[in-house]
Amino acid sequence: MTSFSNLYKPYLLRIERITEEAPGVRTFRLAFTDQQEKERFHFKAGQFGEYSVFGEGECTFCIASSPTRSDYIECTFRQMGRVTSALMNLEEGDTIGFRGPYGNVFPLEAWQGKSLLFIAGGIALPPMRCVIWNALDWRDRFKNITILYGARTVSDLVYKHELQEWQTRPDVNVVTTVDPGGETPDWKGKVGFVPTVLEKMAPSADNTIAIVCGPPVMIKFTFPVLTQLGFEPDKIYTTLENRMKCGVGKCGRCNVGKLYVCKDGPVFTYAQLKEMPAEY
Amino acid sequence: MQKRSIRRAQINVLLEKLLSLHQVIYAPQKLGNQVDFAPLRDLQDLTLDHIQTVRSAKAALFPPVEELLRYQRAGVETELQDRDLTNLAEQVLFGTRPCDAAAIAPLSAVFTTDDQDAIFARRLERTTVISVSCERSDGDCFCTSVGVGPGDSRGSDLLLTRLQDDEYLAEILTAKGEALLQLAPELFGPEPAESKEAHLAKVQKRFDWEALHDKLAGAFDHPFWLRTALACLGCGACAYVCPVCSCFDIQDEGSQKKGRRLRSWDSCGLALFTLHASGHNPRSIQSQRWRQRMMHKFSYMPDQLQQLGCVGCGRCSRACPADMNLIEQVENFLFA
Repeated sequence: MTSFSNLYKPYLLRIERITEEAPGVRTFRLAFTDQQEKERFHFKAGQFGEYSVFGEGECTFCIASSPTRSDYIECTFRQMGRVTSALMNLEEGDTIGFRGPYGNVFPLEAWQGKSLLFIAGGIALPPMRCVIWNALDWRDRFKNITILYGARTVSDLVYKHELQEWQTRPDVNVVTTVDPGGETPDWKGKVGFVPTVLEKMAPSADNTIAIVCGPPVMIKFTFPVLTQLGFEPDKIYTTLENRMKCGVGKCGRCNVGKLYVCKDGPVFTYAQLKEMPAEY
Repeated sequence: MQKRSIRRAQINVLLEKLLSLHQVIYAPQKLGNQVDFAPLRDLQDLTLDHIQTVRSAKAALFPPVEELLRYQRAGVETELQDRDLTNLAEQVLFGTRPCDAAAIAPLSAVFTTDDQDAIFARRLERTTVISVSCERSDGDCFCTSVGVGPGDSRGSDLLLTRLQDDEYLAEILTAKGEALLQLAPELFGPEPAESKEAHLAKVQKRFDWEALHDKLAGAFDHPFWLRTALACLGCGACAYVCPVCSCFDIQDEGSQKKGRRLRSWDSCGLALFTLHASGHNPRSIQSQRWRQRMMHKFSYMPDQLQQLGCVGCGRCSRACPADMNLIEQVENFLFA
């Protein structure tokens, strides 16, 4: 007889630490309650999970921590709907459900020897933070690492402590910006939209991979700037964030054309997106 | 494959025997003023003279609402109780039409490709399918347009075709079919002299699904969707009666302390299907959802799973309150 295991049964994870990132945005550090499950669990940068508050339902977020730090996984979410509101009410020590890891990965191994340009906006830094820490933990495998991160206002910037930490490192070039009007009197970063700041920065496309995550409007205006700078479409990576239920290509709702974001993504290149219908 | 014969009365004896073995038999019955599949309790209720049940037989393999697990919380600790799949009853799907049986392959492809959905796979393993060929069809039937036929055996373990009066051809197609024969060999007679072809319904081929598939590949932005979707109410009835539609939702029922996680039927035709918590919706208008339905069945599924998402049963056309007839839609699209 065939052996059966329930695809939809989550792991139980304990909330070890809650960090307030920005208004309505929190990071949970999560630890496996079962040691064997923890040892069997492996993921790569770019993958996501289904996080659940029992009685409320499941919600899809990336894994925001790096696979090089395997004692825990972290997720960062903004309070938006039913499940994220329920997550907001949880405390350190509570347990939540987690299914995953699902989806494809950022091909970091294939990027060895190249420069990396990270471009993120708002709440889209979390999916990139996983890759950033992964790359920083393998720092000698890459050439220049540049991070451009923008948010609407100073208080909307997430991972404020890590941004400072990256800024003090000599081996990373960090540029932060806020939308015009979002600055505070003591703001030392740039003021301007991400695509505009990128245009002025004019980073070299030579042997460089660009990773772009942000709200649709930011992505829409960033791709042309990158193209102008000489980045080929297959050297530009992003993630798609369609609504999901199952996470494993069965429930039928996250497709973009014939591709499923949960199985064929969430990581796509600009070259792929150009071939796909704009169903995201 | 073996061919035998069986008489109508002996079919009932076989079913009674299965009932006495505590097998659940889903069979077509007159329920109110329509014929539908339901667990058979009394052989008197069985009907075989209908053309098509209103709903498909998929509920026997993929129930409208199904428990995935139970949870219970005490303080900060949570306990999960997995579905016990060892006690799923053996079941028989009786009286499925060849189109319904043909729908099992695409359903299986969705649920068992790559990550196997254990609940579905286990249930399928415990299901025996006894189909009855179509003697009649109606104007909504189009099985022959999508590569199925009124006497097709695929998906069935045993296929019965009425030859005359109460004599049926019994085609024993699989090991499960063979087990049925072995259960009561005395009920089956020798292979009849006559073949089944002359006794099958004549279902006219209405369109070429390969032409449809090929045209859909370049038709994402075709004006056809916007124009024809004006009729669509977005009610999802087509998906609920469809033997292949398998999109589902996952919801929790209960409190945060105690409850269960359920999977339930959903439909790409419903406006909330792809709605994000932020309010953004990748398929925000009905034409995009109508396009998704057609694309998924006739373009994406063949490309990704090597299975057509349609078996030509015609239920969507019969169920549509706005009279959107699938054959007409396809014919219009192919000429558009």
